[in-house]
Amino acid sequence: MAKLLIKSGRVIDPANKIDEVLDILVDDSKISKVAKNIKVEADKIIDAQGKIVMPGLVDMHVHLREPGREDKETICSGTKAALHGGVTTLLAMPNTDPAIDCLESIKILKSLINKSAKANVFICAAITKGRKGQDLTDIASFKKEGVVAISDDGASVDDDEIMFEAFKRAKEAGIPVICHCEDKKLSAGGVVNAGFTATRLGLRGISKESEYKRVERDINLAEKSNAKLHICHLSCEESVEMIATAKKKGIKVTCETAPHYFVFNEEAVLGYDTNFKMNPPLRTKKDMLAIQKGLSDGLIDAIASDHAPHTENEKDIEFERAEFGVTGLETEFVASVTQLVNNNLLDWSSLVMKMSLNPSKILGIEKGTLSVGADADIIVVDPNKEWKIKKDFFLSKSKNSSFIGLPLKGFVEVTICQGKVHKWNS
Amino acid sequence: MWKRKDLLGLEELSKEEIELILSTAESFKEVSSREIKKVPALRGKTVVNLFYEPSTRTRVSFEVAAKRLSADVINIATETSSVKKGETLIDTGRNIEALKADVIVIRHNCSGAAAVLARNVSLNVVNAGDGWHEHPTQALLDIFTLKEKLGDIDGLNVSIVGDIAHSRVARSNIWGLTKLGAKVTICAPKMLIPAGIEETGVTVTHNIDDALKNADAINVLRMQFERDGETAFPKQLEYFKEFGITGDRLKKAKKDIIVMHPGPINRGIEMSSGVADGANSVILEQVTNGIAVRMAVLFLVTQARESNGQITD
Repeated sequence: MAKLLIKSGRVIDPANKIDEVLDILVDDSKISKVAKNIKVEADKIIDAQGKIVMPGLVDMHVHLREPGREDKETICSGTKAALHGGVTTLLAMPNTDPAIDCLESIKILKSLINKSAKANVFICAAITKGRKGQDLTDIASFKKEGVVAISDDGASVDDDEIMFEAFKRAKEAGIPVICHCEDKKLSAGGVVNAGFTATRLGLRGISKESEYKRVERDINLAEKSNAKLHICHLSCEESVEMIATAKKKGIKVTCETAPHYFVFNEEAVLGYDTNFKMNPPLRTKKDMLAIQKGLSDGLIDAIASDHAPHTENEKDIEFERAEFGVTGLETEFVASVTQLVNNNLLDWSSLVMKMSLNPSKILGIEKGTLSVGADADIIVVDPNKEWKIKKDFFLSKSKNSSFIGLPLKGFVEVTICQGKVHKWNS
Repeated sequence: MWKRKDLLGLEELSKEEIELILSTAESFKEVSSREIKKVPALRGKTVVNLFYEPSTRTRVSFEVAAKRLSADVINIATETSSVKKGETLIDTGRNIEALKADVIVIRHNCSGAAAVLARNVSLNVVNAGDGWHEHPTQALLDIFTLKEKLGDIDGLNVSIVGDIAHSRVARSNIWGLTKLGAKVTICAPKMLIPAGIEETGVTVTHNIDDALKNADAINVLRMQFERDGETAFPKQLEYFKEFGITGDRLKKAKKDIIVMHPGPINRGIEMSSGVADGANSVILEQVTNGIAVRMAVLFLVTQARESNGQITD
């Protein structure tokens, strides 16, 4: 068996309440020992002195685009990008072409993943056929195929009764429902946050109401059905407040946000840069601060990228015609360290919880820990490196990132996935 | 001193930059009254009018302005170009650049299109109207006309009436007038007031008599009733009844109130024919002044690129 020793790093593993300088021994693909000064003949040693060693990140919101839009991203390029950003496990969203809405497409996707994924990929299947919000998929049969959640991400099921039935079926299957909360009747045609910024730009606005009204509806249905609801990419204060109230009432709701919602606000759009066009849109400064507070209060459970790769042809055009979405796999961790840890909004342990342990718990997967016997999914981080991302940094097929040129602090030096070591240079 | 390669909008301009355009326009105005209406300021330069939206008056005004500066002018309209074949805006811009043109005057139905083009080509870009965003030369000619009639803009009461929400003319006027110290009132049905517009410093009213009461000038926007159905929009006759400028309404306003309209007028909807053709109307003078303002803009941006080039190259 190949032995890998990670020496003298500050090991942060909130699942085991560890935050101290330790060695980690990996035997093939599993963690075999976590202790001080491990004496062993290792095949490979990583000197992690002055570095932080933590579980690999678990990103529960990724668009890999395969099958269907391999020009934007493939399972191979997307998972390489994931490893590059410290993400060893990800959840692939079902809005591919075809959508992942039946056993057949799930099997096709699984074989594609087996063939070309470089990181651990879990599958999220669609709630309705073709993600059209009308006919429910065969949710009960999905779980034994390894599906860990359902979502119509990119759309929300408008019909309350269909959605309620979906919650009931998800509860029976024991998997969470991931909700993209948007009432398209209220957001119709909008491209930026509604308000003065939209007025200045002469662009149609997307009201916050279109988001939080749907958050409210989904919380109500989750309460009635007692199913597990996970709300994705929170962008506004009202949504945060509604989830706070729901959690107090004991409703099973969890939520995530994405780095762009706590690093930027709507004013980033003022130059019509389509790398700041996403859905939901960047909101006001007040909303950005509410998201930050939600993270530091512990209310927001997870940080996910909503990695949404698009080709230059789809982005480098008139703002209102450009696709929604930005990439994030390779930036989410350093962006979170820069904005949250360095500004004392989160400590390292909480960051690991939001980016690794909590998503694993929400999805019910055995990831996010450095326990003995766990998969050797580990990252080594230089917490002090200051750098800027250039366009040629990305391994993703697409370069539509909001973070190009921004000063960052923190760098993923090594990603270990299932015991396999990947080293990175900036 | 003018340093900008492009004119994209009035929001980004300083008071001094706006005043420089206006004073430059003043000196160009005389050219159009000469027997030989031409100066050699842009001789040897090529101005391309790239129009993605049908427009007659703005396009013709830019063409006349460029020709009076001795530039060569090429008009590209979407119907006759490769745009219909799916060429992107940036590709089209780069092709025009490869033709060694000097200025692109762009009209586009998407807000921000001029900005996208400007950052992807090295030639001068002049925004001739982008979506609902800005129409800077229209506002500049409106302000030029006001200044000619009333003198200093600082302290003037100017009301803008009509579909503010979807109007690039309104936005550019609001930025320009407020920067120069005018007190601006906007007047429209609630559904046509854009969110947060008060933050620009304007006063909002839904009552036309309030908008007229103390106004030194009123700028009446064209109502685009083709928008009905696309967004909430008032009915034509209702609109005229509530907001139309009539002789009776003007009687209650200042006697020598200036009435402006960017054209083309919907007679009997935004204003009565009597008002459009009446003593207070300066609508045709606006058209004349448009040439001087556009000459000034074309002159300033091309000069800026030349002097920038000398410094950096």
